[in-house]
Amino acid sequence: MDKILEVKNLHVDFDTYNGVVHAIRGVDFHLNAGETLAIVGESGSGKSITVRSILQLLAKNGTISQGEVLYHGDDLLQRSDKEMDKLRGNKISMIFQDPMTSLDPTMTIGKQVAEPLLIHNNVSKKDALKRAEEVLRLVGIPNPKARMNDYPHQFSGGQRQRIVIAIAIVNYPEILIADEPTTALDVTVQAQIIDLLKELQQKIGTSIIFITHDLGVVAGIADRVAVMYAGRLVEYGSVNDVFYNPQHPYTWGLLDSMPTLDTSESDRLNSIPGTPPNLLNPPKGDAFAPRNAYAMAIDEEEQPPFFKVSKHHYAATWLLHPDAPKVTPPASILKRYEKFKTLGGNVENV
Amino acid sequence: MAKYILKRILYLFLTLFIIATITFFMMKMLPGTPFSNENRMSAEQLKIVKAQYGLDQSVFVQYVRYIGGLLQGNLGTSFQFNNEPVTALIGQRIVPSMQIGAQAMVVGTIGGILLGAIAAIRKNTWVDTLATFISILGLSIPSFVLAVLLQFYLAYKWKIYPVALWDNFQSSVLPTLALSALPLGTVARFMRTEMVDVLSSDYIELAKSKGNSNWKVVTKHALRNSLIPVVTIIGPMAVSVMTGSMVVENIFSIPGIGEQFVKSITTNDYPTIMGLTIFYSFLLIIVYLIVDILYGLIDPRIRLGNGGKE
Amino acid sequence: MEQIPQIPKDKFKLIHDENNADQEKIGTPSLTYMQDVRRRLFNNKVAVVCLSLLSIIVVVAVLAPVIAPHNPNAQQVTMSNLPPKLGNLNIPGMNGYQNMGGKMVDAYKQAGAPDGTFYILGTDYLGRDLLSRIIYGTRLSLVVAVLATLVDLLIGVPYGIVSGWKGGKTDTFMQRIVEIVSSIPNLIVVILMMIVLKPGLTSIVIALAITGWVTMARLVRAQTFQLKEQEYILAARTLGEPSMKIATKHLIPNLSSTIIIQTMFTIPNAIFFEAFLSFIGIGIPAPNASLGTLLSDGQKAFRFLPYQMWAPAIILSIIMIATNLLGDGLRDAFDPQSSEN
Repeated sequence: MDKILEVKNLHVDFDTYNGVVHAIRGVDFHLNAGETLAIVGESGSGKSITVRSILQLLAKNGTISQGEVLYHGDDLLQRSDKEMDKLRGNKISMIFQDPMTSLDPTMTIGKQVAEPLLIHNNVSKKDALKRAEEVLRLVGIPNPKARMNDYPHQFSGGQRQRIVIAIAIVNYPEILIADEPTTALDVTVQAQIIDLLKELQQKIGTSIIFITHDLGVVAGIADRVAVMYAGRLVEYGSVNDVFYNPQHPYTWGLLDSMPTLDTSESDRLNSIPGTPPNLLNPPKGDAFAPRNAYAMAIDEEEQPPFFKVSKHHYAATWLLHPDAPKVTPPASILKRYEKFKTLGGNVENV
Repeated sequence: MAKYILKRILYLFLTLFIIATITFFMMKMLPGTPFSNENRMSAEQLKIVKAQYGLDQSVFVQYVRYIGGLLQGNLGTSFQFNNEPVTALIGQRIVPSMQIGAQAMVVGTIGGILLGAIAAIRKNTWVDTLATFISILGLSIPSFVLAVLLQFYLAYKWKIYPVALWDNFQSSVLPTLALSALPLGTVARFMRTEMVDVLSSDYIELAKSKGNSNWKVVTKHALRNSLIPVVTIIGPMAVSVMTGSMVVENIFSIPGIGEQFVKSITTNDYPTIMGLTIFYSFLLIIVYLIVDILYGLIDPRIRLGNGGKE
Repeated sequence: MEQIPQIPKDKFKLIHDENNADQEKIGTPSLTYMQDVRRRLFNNKVAVVCLSLLSIIVVVAVLAPVIAPHNPNAQQVTMSNLPPKLGNLNIPGMNGYQNMGGKMVDAYKQAGAPDGTFYILGTDYLGRDLLSRIIYGTRLSLVVAVLATLVDLLIGVPYGIVSGWKGGKTDTFMQRIVEIVSSIPNLIVVILMMIVLKPGLTSIVIALAITGWVTMARLVRAQTFQLKEQEYILAARTLGEPSMKIATKHLIPNLSSTIIIQTMFTIPNAIFFEAFLSFIGIGIPAPNASLGTLLSDGQKAFRFLPYQMWAPAIILSIIMIATNLLGDGLRDAFDPQSSEN
């Protein structure tokens, strides 16, 4: 498979009133052509910042202090803002979280959808609007012709998100970055939007980076999953690897707090105690250690490297070190291991 | 929308009526008459003069007459200035006042918009600090202080502009500058806040993610969205320009309505004070009404209803 | 990844037992809201400078009888229009010399002033000491500001709270009144009041009071309306706390930021109106000094004696600028989002 995008050793700092926040502290991942990669993690873990760094859409006080973002092998971080403009909304585009606020309230939606076409292609306004209408139909806006001249406030939340998606795909981008596109929507509408994204992926063959804090959504759309905590990845692998053979205690915690079809009435949903660390002074060792029931002395001293679990499955926890004691994960995780066996995987560390 | 405008116009008349009534009775409460200085007038003469102005009637009759006159567009007759009707006084003096007022509003608004927009775009840089400093000066230094300083330096010492004269455009420059400082400061500050808000909004990020250059993001999306709320402060600005014009016209000896108003106050010319008060109120209420309608027209969320839902 | 690091074995002991008590601990000590506001305000250099300047001005104004070198209203016609002079220090512009027909002349000697007499800011056309007049004038302007603010607080705040809290018909009725009062341009009301009443301090305050409270009432009403729906207030109501107690215990503290910030805009407004009215001759009557009358006097003579205009202009501008900036600083301190994002 082709790696169309590769992020290497990304570090992002934010200059704030209280000091420098080290929001991203060395993130590596890649995106293969045609696949969907999900990045999951709780609020503040740095998912959004990571993907915004790809397009260099950080807030003014944010700087990418280290790292590379390779797009077809070409480092985007070396490009000027003007050169990036040619890529944004064209080859790489983005869908935002809140459809209620991401559309310009004073511009008709026809114009908003046509805008990326006019910016990146040498087309007439008339043709662009015509194309915008087709795309609006494609994303499922009923009667698009009549609604081209309407303003955002005349649409429902779900419809607005469809419009935001239309804006993102109007140029058939190679990479679509979806930043929590379903979080602000009703559950029924969430499913529709996920289906729409899957359908569009098939039709235009785009690769998707999908950000969410909702593991339930991930299973439905992703090929691979990366779990993020406190500005670093802690585990990544295929959906089956991460869902049914999780290795990092943080991933355990996330999965343990998620209801499944197997969850019976007597089962309790567990939450992860504590709060994420303050990234003004990032901890020296594993950032999750203070909340980790399985933490070891080494966790507080040294950041764990990524240990290979299987061919495409890695996790950054000292528990995978050969010298580490064998621990028993929570019951719900053990159930998942059982299921993993039936899926043909192997629980044993490699 | 039509219903709203109708309601507003109804309110306009109600407010004017209240203002006229209050003004009338306040003037009646005043001690002394405008003729008290004219000792040479005999009792007989005084009676004739009073009859001439209708002052021999009961207060109620005078009131009904006054309101009746107002309805016909008659603002009363001045005691001074050769018994001219107040409307005629306004007619003679409205042009300089309007010219200076309009110039000041235009200069202040456009300057303020630019200043505020630049400050917001260059937020937290020295440009922002400088722009903020200018706008604070503009809205803190009273127009009459500024007028005197401008007059002293630009007119008296450096002789770039006439000191106190009213003939050509040249003579309107200093009063315009003095009057435009407050709207400039107010608009710049307001614009900065709005624009900072807009620039940090999600739709600006989306606009940038579409591949718009920074310039295009500002001109196509940020500016329009920040400008709409700025319309709402045009009303209060008109008030401040009007307030300023009273002293500024005096300082630069401009034969305008503001100068007339102050002169009437110092000479106890009650009918003129009353007439000008009502005229000023009318003007301001009309400005407020126009601004409100304008706001409704340019903001699609209000124009097309279903507005305040977000 | 490929290479497994060598780590001493004892580092692999689990450190957490069942008790995870300290996991819920919050790292930094928490500040109360007011402490936080104060910290933010004092970290804002501009606000601190403005606060200091205003404090100095207020102290000087309060102590005017002690500080002012002369009686502000004492006339001494022989000493009229003397330029500024600071002791025997020979600072240009502050040495008592004046340009007369192209020559610098010692105005003090010409006026026959006894040796050692000096007026730091000079004298006016009646020979009154300008510095003393400015100190007393500032005092008067500040009195106007304080009284106008008090009226704002005493009328505007309760009006807003009642209107917002009662809601319904009471609110509609009270808001109609506010609408009508605010649609009459306040300048017009103030000028009319000044014409009807005798010019003076009381009249200025009454004139400002009639229109001034409206903005405060509006803001407080809007805020009360929002607060009323907050859960903690609903809880207090459900628990049957009397309205008065809810108002003093829950509403006022939460309204305080709105009220304080609005106050910082009432003050310059009141000072402006006093100066404006005095400038056009219907404010503070002679011989009392206010910043407005001093400016008006100064303006008449400014071509030849610009110092008479400069000093009051600068003081007035400083007070206006400092209150405006302090108002900004307070708003940022109370609502950090307004400036940080």
